Amino acid sequence: MTTMTSLEKVTSLGNKVSRRGFLKGAGGLTFAVSLGAGGVQFLTPKQAKALVGHTDMSAWVRISPDNTITILSAGAEMGQGSMTSVPLMLAEELDADWNLVHLEFAPADPKIYGYTRKRRGRMTTSMAIVGSRAVMMYYKPMRMAGAQVRKVLMQNAAKKWGVPVSQVRTEPSVVIGPGGKRLTYGEIAGFAKVPAILPKVSASELKKPRDFRLIGKSLPRRDIVGKVDGSAKFSIDVMLPGMVYASTVHSPVQGAKPLSWNEAKLKKLKGFIGTVKLKQGIAVIADNFEHVLAARNDLEVKWSKARAEGYNSEEALEKDYPKKSADPKTKAKKIEARGDVDKAFASAAKTYAADYRCDYGYHAQMEPLNAVARINGAGNRMEIWEGTQAPGRSRSGIAKALGFKTGQVIHHQMYMGGGFGRRSRTDYTIEAALISQEIKRPVKMIWTREEDINYGMFRPQTFQHLEAALDGSGKLVGWKHSVIGDGRRLLTGGAKIKKYYKVPNQLIVEQKAGKHGIRTKHWRAVAHVFNVYAIEALIDEVAAAQGMDPLEFRLKNLPLTAKARRVLTKVAQMSDWKKKRPKGRALGLSMTERSGSLGAEVAEVSVDRKTGKIRVHKVWAAMDGGIIVQPEAALHNVESGIIYGLSSVLKERATIKGGAVEQSNFHDYEVLRMADAPEELHVEFLDRPTKPTGIGELGNPGIGAAVANGFHALTGKRLYHMPFTPERVRAALKS
Amino acid sequence: MVAFTLNGKRVSVKTEPATPLLWAIREHLKLTGTKYGCGAGLCGACTVHVNGKAVKSCQIEISSVQGARVLTIEGLSNGATHPLQKAFIAEQVPQCGYCQSGQIMKAAELLAKNPKPSRDQIVAHMNGNICRCGTYNRIVAAIQRASKEG
Repeated sequence: MTTMTSLEKVTSLGNKVSRRGFLKGAGGLTFAVSLGAGGVQFLTPKQAKALVGHTDMSAWVRISPDNTITILSAGAEMGQGSMTSVPLMLAEELDADWNLVHLEFAPADPKIYGYTRKRRGRMTTSMAIVGSRAVMMYYKPMRMAGAQVRKVLMQNAAKKWGVPVSQVRTEPSVVIGPGGKRLTYGEIAGFAKVPAILPKVSASELKKPRDFRLIGKSLPRRDIVGKVDGSAKFSIDVMLPGMVYASTVHSPVQGAKPLSWNEAKLKKLKGFIGTVKLKQGIAVIADNFEHVLAARNDLEVKWSKARAEGYNSEEALEKDYPKKSADPKTKAKKIEARGDVDKAFASAAKTYAADYRCDYGYHAQMEPLNAVARINGAGNRMEIWEGTQAPGRSRSGIAKALGFKTGQVIHHQMYMGGGFGRRSRTDYTIEAALISQEIKRPVKMIWTREEDINYGMFRPQTFQHLEAALDGSGKLVGWKHSVIGDGRRLLTGGAKIKKYYKVPNQLIVEQKAGKHGIRTKHWRAVAHVFNVYAIEALIDEVAAAQGMDPLEFRLKNLPLTAKARRVLTKVAQMSDWKKKRPKGRALGLSMTERSGSLGAEVAEVSVDRKTGKIRVHKVWAAMDGGIIVQPEAALHNVESGIIYGLSSVLKERATIKGGAVEQSNFHDYEVLRMADAPEELHVEFLDRPTKPTGIGELGNPGIGAAVANGFHALTGKRLYHMPFTPERVRAALKS
Repeated sequence: MVAFTLNGKRVSVKTEPATPLLWAIREHLKLTGTKYGCGAGLCGACTVHVNGKAVKSCQIEISSVQGARVLTIEGLSNGATHPLQKAFIAEQVPQCGYCQSGQIMKAAELLAKNPKPSRDQIVAHMNGNICRCGTYNRIVAAIQRASKEG
């Protein structure tokens, strides 16, 4: 176990409890809970140790005699509030006084702290906070674990009083017995024993939603205060004694490897320490970061050839993709096939078709990618500080890169200055670890913003061809959708429509555009961004062709699910859909499904016809995410999604020329600023009594079509290529 | 050697005159509340006050603050008690939080010279500070709250 001394300050989430004290700590009740394939299971520290095979682990819950309760949070925090809402679900069933609860990040040990899910046919554990999973995946296991701890406390109190456990109950952090006897959780922790065989809890013993004290009530997020006084620590803020600085320079052409570089020249620079050759770049190392920047400037590298060389993204999207999309010989995979599409189209009264494009998207998370790494003197243990969405996978990935076992990597989770899917792949942390291993010193490795874009991993660009068939009564009976691009497993999310439109005949396919050699990655709802845009834009086009209001068309002519009908009706009411808008403004409507949740959005838009600049004034969103665990945080998540989405819809585009990313910073990769944000965002949840589903990415996929459809309502013109830049808007107005 | 006042304390930094103030504050003086976002004066995450004026510290050479008063988020108040900090907490503004020091420092400059700004004035003043989590409307609400509650 490493010494943590001054570092406890760095990794602590604003409380005074050290992780190390957990299992070894004197006094108090300690619980390790496994959330493995067998479901929730309480473990004694000894069992837990046996399970993970090493000793530097912590328990989930610790109740101290001083009445404080420490709960580890497996909710990696990037602004979505999971760090608070995940342990809060445990505290709910534990019936803990939330004011007495301290939080710490759980160690990177998915076997203990991960949620369980089916992946490629088998059950696996994961700590990855991606795909809006945190609350949704931890909802049941956290509550079961909390209920189990509560049961142990009740049993111990009952035994002490010599009464049956059925005669005791709890109030926040207190067990109440017959005749008003009371023992606080802390008092019980002072004498209690964790039984050898831990009590089982059945789902029916969990609280009913009406009895919730914490779930459904908005509580302050635990990370807020540190984020307004500058004390919240991100990995970029970590300081270690003797630490040096590094930054990696990657090839402008993605994927090229370094062959040679001008080390001799760099050696003359002040503060320069050295370089480390990495697989796809050269890391320059110096005594401070300004000297690293100087060395970056002077570094000249000869790069190998790479697949991406000669790849031009605009050309591919304009010419190559449409050609391949229309070519039956193009490799295609069925995503959904229902009914008889050919027959539906052959016998249709009317058919419609349209093509949609969407450019590459860059995450542009505010904190440039960075990590801090420290090798020990013996060279057999690596300590890592990073903000990651996937601590388990990152830790094992680092170990693999170093030739270590996972247990040789000590991992410190930090706040993330934005994740958006980028921080579930920690290639930058592996770089930091390799640098530290080679130079045998602690190192803070920071990619510059320019590097962050240049060596970005992008939401893939796509071309989509859609067709719709209506029967004689105007009902939607046939649906075809093909999406083409280069992005493994990143193209099809959101393409399935059955959760809201039960069209009887459907064929949805993914086509391969071939490999461009450009790094692609999840990006807040990824494929939903372009798929939902295309789907909802075509529905709007079909509605208009029937001379029908788009809301009315959806309600009358589409085979809606009950859930879809509810969110549409709600958003119509919220936005007062039929009401006349001020001159020069119009409304657009769209639907979104994401991670089990469903939403409908309405955008009120205007356009400056001279400049081509679209402005979104108001957005209304009606969201069904089941039980909302933290309403205020959930609201902020949807608002955030709308703004993040709108930024991508109106402005963001990454382009690649000759294999190199053309943009380099916020002057040419423009993002939404305050002046472009809608003046009003109105988000409401339907508050359905169903289990929680994803919220974090629910806001953004729908906004593209809402804007495009509003633009059509205003101008009679359609927008077929996202983002809707002023140039494209002007071209559409002229068409 | 450049000497200046940082959050009311005299400090000196031994580095090249052209070193950006940002890196001097963060890595030499170890006040990490001020953030690196773009290094090009485009995002505002590094905003601090120099002699009461909000500046992007990545664009300021350390030599230019000789003898100046520099204020960072750490020096804005004791225990997050500045009206803006209280308002940012009340409105639960930060999400990832990385841009928030810069947002608050930029907003503090506005309220110091215009205690009752209109919404348009707030937006115009804050437009240079990017927030990728999209907390813009909450920032506006917090500034309005701070303006009202002082």
